[in-house]
Amino acid sequence: MSEDTVPRRKFLLGAGLAGTALAAGLAEPVEAQQPAPASPQATPPAQEPEPFVTLTALEAAFIVAAVDTLIPADELSPSGSDCGVAIFIDRQLGSAWGGGARMYRTGPFMKGKPEQGYQLALTPREFFAAGITAANSWTRKTYGGKEFDRLNAADRVAALKAMEEGKAEFEHFNARAFFTQLHGITMAGFFSDPIYGGNRDKVGWKLLGFPGLPATYADKIDAYRNKRYVADPQSIADFS
Amino acid sequence: MATKLKEIDALVIGMGFSGAILARELTKAGLNVVGLERGPDRNPAEEFTLTRLRDELRYVVRLELMQDNSIDTISFRNTPDELALPVRRFGAFLPGEGVGGTGIHWGALHWRFLPTDFRIKSALAEKYGAKSIPESMTIQDWPVSYDELEPHYDRFDKLCGVSGQAGNLRGKPIAGGNPFEGARSEDYPNKPVKTGIGPAIFRDAATSLGYHPFPVPTATSSAPYVNPEGITLGACEYCGHCNRTACEANAKASPNVNVMPVLRTEPKFELRTRVFVTKLLYDKQAKRVTGVVYTDMKTGEEYEQPAGLVVLSSFVFGNTQQLLLAGIGEAYDPKTGKGVVGKNYCYQFEAGGEAFFEGREFNPFMGAPGMATAIDDFNGENFDHSNLGFFGGGYIACLNGGAPPIGGRVLPKGEPRWGVGWKQAEAKWYRCNTRFNTQGSVYAHRDNFMDLDPTYKDALGRPLVRLTYNATENDHKMSRYLVEKMEGVIKAMKPTHYEVHNRPKNFTIVPYQSTHCTGGTMMGSDPGNSAVNRYLQAWGAHNLFVQGASVFPQQHGYNPTGTLGALAYWSAKAITEKYLKSPGPLVHA
Repeated sequence: MSEDTVPRRKFLLGAGLAGTALAAGLAEPVEAQQPAPASPQATPPAQEPEPFVTLTALEAAFIVAAVDTLIPADELSPSGSDCGVAIFIDRQLGSAWGGGARMYRTGPFMKGKPEQGYQLALTPREFFAAGITAANSWTRKTYGGKEFDRLNAADRVAALKAMEEGKAEFEHFNARAFFTQLHGITMAGFFSDPIYGGNRDKVGWKLLGFPGLPATYADKIDAYRNKRYVADPQSIADFS
Repeated sequence: MATKLKEIDALVIGMGFSGAILARELTKAGLNVVGLERGPDRNPAEEFTLTRLRDELRYVVRLELMQDNSIDTISFRNTPDELALPVRRFGAFLPGEGVGGTGIHWGALHWRFLPTDFRIKSALAEKYGAKSIPESMTIQDWPVSYDELEPHYDRFDKLCGVSGQAGNLRGKPIAGGNPFEGARSEDYPNKPVKTGIGPAIFRDAATSLGYHPFPVPTATSSAPYVNPEGITLGACEYCGHCNRTACEANAKASPNVNVMPVLRTEPKFELRTRVFVTKLLYDKQAKRVTGVVYTDMKTGEEYEQPAGLVVLSSFVFGNTQQLLLAGIGEAYDPKTGKGVVGKNYCYQFEAGGEAFFEGREFNPFMGAPGMATAIDDFNGENFDHSNLGFFGGGYIACLNGGAPPIGGRVLPKGEPRWGVGWKQAEAKWYRCNTRFNTQGSVYAHRDNFMDLDPTYKDALGRPLVRLTYNATENDHKMSRYLVEKMEGVIKAMKPTHYEVHNRPKNFTIVPYQSTHCTGGTMMGSDPGNSAVNRYLQAWGAHNLFVQGASVFPQQHGYNPTGTLGALAYWSAKAITEKYLKSPGPLVHA
């Protein structure tokens, strides 16, 4: 089935990241400099996909399609979902934050003006549920009955652009506010510590040249003045 | 029914910088002191450790150390004729919670106000004529001078192990320091922190334009240092991670590191955490407070805690709310201009920019919040305001505070924010940009104030503080002027590309701008113009001392914490040397 080969191919692309990053001159992790051990099989064993625990199947399909559009696979990284960003979003929306912890949720609820900030009763998890529903309903109307994840790549880009620019007219939901949140959580997933599920293999950090946790630079600031400091980035799990 | 506890000598409400300093000074004077903190205890040895601290998502994005808005928040509107709505999650400013308060996650930029700032209204009247000050600009002179505060600035510098370059030592100009600063009795405890690449280019460009650049003073020790409390501080490692969180090297000053270790071993001090003070008990006739009522959030029990002396040292909003609820001092009414509590809410008017140097390597992740170069040529009365059409100003700085990957990225306009080409843009620009900031003053306006919200309540059933605040025409003119000067320096740095950002017309409650909220319980010369006297003693209750930036009559062009700490020592000295000997009003109205 062609449906299945696409994620598989992307996974392989992800597995080959250390090599591509090296080719792009980004990072030189020690292990990447060593030749890969000979493998009896041409392909590594397929990794079980991580299950979504918060999002419904339809929501998960939307999020995967959205993060892969925001972060397309290219020579610098695998796609957003192959970097774990969809799983990151799933876990965040299921976290205390996603459930509205530490948020003032007492009414009356009123619309207010933009200067007054977020005024909905919805928790982040509920906000994304409502936003995805509204977005799918808009793409069905605009793109011949198709949900967002069923659109071709060019239409997905056009649809997200329309949301970003406030041109997509969602029913009973603010498309631009939804895009802002979607974009924000996608970037958080791509660049936060991999312990939260995204930024798999520290691809986001390698892309920037961000060294991660070890950070005693008192002796390096002058030594690396106008000179690039390169280090294999290290995350929380590397010290655990 | 509240359980009544045994009276204690002194209560401190809120264990941030002011509260910790007051608790320390009062125990030294022999008083038994109870510190009440609504948040959790935060013990650096347990909480501020590696790898825990190296987590941008936890601290910078999800704001772990900040006030829990589900318990308490404020409501907000731009103007008095609008309907205020609750701030459901803080954004523009981020008050901290727990032992250490906002003094944990601050940026540690450690400034003194200018001598003329303390007499700004008189200075403007003398120079430009009293009529030049608009009627709506409700600025006031401070009831304390720079010279009076100087020894206390010095004490706070030493407590924090501040790193900097003196520009004026006992009246003698020192090359390389800020030539505009008030005379310092002693040099900074530590040498300046290292200068980043961006700030170094800024320094050279500013010099070429005839300005006077200097390293920004920072409460981050550049070398190991033992403070006067006998606490050893570490040296800054330039990790670039401490924004919105703590420092595992104990180099960035915080109440938790620089004061609390001594209090924790002090038998005269008792710390109660997760206790929420719901009201001050006020005896209006006797002009004193008799104690407080608080709810222990761990048990749900309500207590009345009588005390001989009460120090109110919560954030600007909490201080104002307590006085309004207890009826200590007259509530401010913007229509009549009468009343003082809630008056002169001010803020910091910060505008900034960034410059890109294509192909250069800045290693922006190596940094410290105070790793910055500034010029003070356009602050306060350091420059002539004749015919400018505004008053006030601020320092202009190039900063290298670190570049965490979620929030520390910036792209030139026109580069894609996502999709095809976006990653290439990040890879190209992340490592070669530097940031700028203008720390604009906010001179008080009649319509910017705090009162109690008629609708929204906190989790303890008390009305929220209602903040009415907007940027003024003066703020915008001042800020555009600073941005223009900043742009001049940026151009002289010869970047590949740069952008500057003027502030939007209206103040918005999101996104983050500055936690430099001030006013509401301002200090002044008499009860008609202020809530507290020059020693921070409430005019309406002689055994109540209100601490923190809520006592500022207006906000000047510098980060407020240096002045906040100096005022805490100044007030503590008056309490321990004068008040305790003869309890009563220290200034007669």
